[in-house]
Amino acid sequence: MKIRKRTIGLALYFGLLLLPIYWMLNMSLRTNADILGVFSLYPTDITFGNYIKIFTDKSWYSGYINSIIYVSMNTVISLSVALPAAYAFSRYRFLGDKHLFFWLLTNRMAPAAVFLLPFFELYQTFDLFDTHIAVALAHCLFNVPLAVWILEGFMSGIPREIDETAFIDGFGFPRFFMTIFIPLIRAGVGVTAFFCFMFSWVELLLARTLTATDAKPIAAIMTRTVSATGLDWGLLSAAGILTIVPGALVIWFVRNHLAKGFAMGRV
Amino acid sequence: MDKWEDNKAWFLVLPVFIIVAFSAIIPLMTVVNYSVQDIFPGKRVFVGAEWFKEVLTSHRLHSALWRQFLFSGMVLLIEIPLGIIIALAMPKRGWGVSASLVTLALPLLIPWNVIGTIWIIFTRPDIGLFGATINSLGITFDHTSAPLDAWVTLMLMEVWHWTPLVALLAYSGLRAIPEAYFQAAKIDGASAWATFRYIQLPKMRGVLTIAILLRFMDSFLIYAEPFVLTGGGPGNSTTFLSIYLVKIAVGSFDLGPAAAFSLIYFVIILLFSWLFYQALQNVGKGENNG
Repeated sequence: MKIRKRTIGLALYFGLLLLPIYWMLNMSLRTNADILGVFSLYPTDITFGNYIKIFTDKSWYSGYINSIIYVSMNTVISLSVALPAAYAFSRYRFLGDKHLFFWLLTNRMAPAAVFLLPFFELYQTFDLFDTHIAVALAHCLFNVPLAVWILEGFMSGIPREIDETAFIDGFGFPRFFMTIFIPLIRAGVGVTAFFCFMFSWVELLLARTLTATDAKPIAAIMTRTVSATGLDWGLLSAAGILTIVPGALVIWFVRNHLAKGFAMGRV
Repeated sequence: MDKWEDNKAWFLVLPVFIIVAFSAIIPLMTVVNYSVQDIFPGKRVFVGAEWFKEVLTSHRLHSALWRQFLFSGMVLLIEIPLGIIIALAMPKRGWGVSASLVTLALPLLIPWNVIGTIWIIFTRPDIGLFGATINSLGITFDHTSAPLDAWVTLMLMEVWHWTPLVALLAYSGLRAIPEAYFQAAKIDGASAWATFRYIQLPKMRGVLTIAILLRFMDSFLIYAEPFVLTGGGPGNSTTFLSIYLVKIAVGSFDLGPAAAFSLIYFVIILLFSWLFYQALQNVGKGENNG
């Protein structure tokens, strides 16, 4: 009986959660005149015109490609530098460790508006302006600290006897780390990869400031088109729906890592 | 739990330090530089703490600050418990796991300016499902003219947008608890509440610390969503700190005061995050000896 109530509550919550997204989907399948003309709970006259426009217009679809490129770069960079660092924080005591750990997080705390100009100048100086790697590096500022924090939490949950046993068994650090330790925290790696992908994907201010044409992200293209055409709700909704797809694929791939949790018993 | 003492661990941390410092230190120094200067095109004058005095005594800043605290406080009070409840209710195996995780992740994956747009579409009285439904029930609801309605819409949007983050973190924390703990609790005949209070909640401390800090920082810095949805209005009723900051920095192009404001803003977030962090590190330390 109790389980049942719980399931109904959860289903209700998911229903409410999906409602605004459903409404956007509904809008994306209608023309702008139709949206502003009639109020309708579902599209009566389905049109894929909005989607076709996005997939055939290079100024639209290149935005998705740019975003995917720099987000993937950022996720790979963030994870590869954060994994060893998180291990260091969870296992060792070293000079300045606590201060460094908290300092990392302070990089998420700066209000972006005034920092945009110095950022622009910095990446201009290194001749990185309007490249994918510039956005990927800039996003490391908030993703690397987060990755270290999340991974450190998962790593601290693994007893150190496992490390000690492996070292006694003659494992070198790199081999132990890659073949024993990372598989143990794969749930954490999955969650971290997802968060890096997500925060990089949705960030707009830095990505817009550091790009002009060659690496312009989709979110920036959306704002520009909106103001130019005087709010085409249908087109905007279609573009919005398409921004959800890549991230949904990522969570689909990491879902098993999330769900399995730690394979503690098997070690 | 004594950690190994070894300064060679710095080599493991070094790549992180370099990559973060590259983007962090030079821009921060530049902003500090702005904050003590009066900047005209082609000319800069040192003014010392002038801008800090001006910003700290600004009446409009004070009201934006209180608004911000109210907003972030409500965000934490609603989203953290709700996220934990959702995580506890989520299925542990079967197809429901994948379905729940993917559904939860959806709002998080939408660019922030689009979030605002979705909620405009959703709450507008003429074309929005929510706005039209509420109005047809006889309640006048319009977030563009009534401050209370604007706040309700913003809170709904915020809870809709970010509770899944708390739920995902809490869920991954819950799944990391070895099954043996629950079996032991079952054998001891522990109630569901006792299991939660003495096993699940302490084990979630790590992920909940991250969740609380993230939600505090990000809600305190919230910009794109209210900017798109309400533009800070009606009046100044939803002008949060970052919206006010952009008004100074971009609107009147006062780089000096805006930089001083940014640094004060930054210090406030730093201070509160530090307090939360310390509190969460120490809570329940005494009772976990068993």
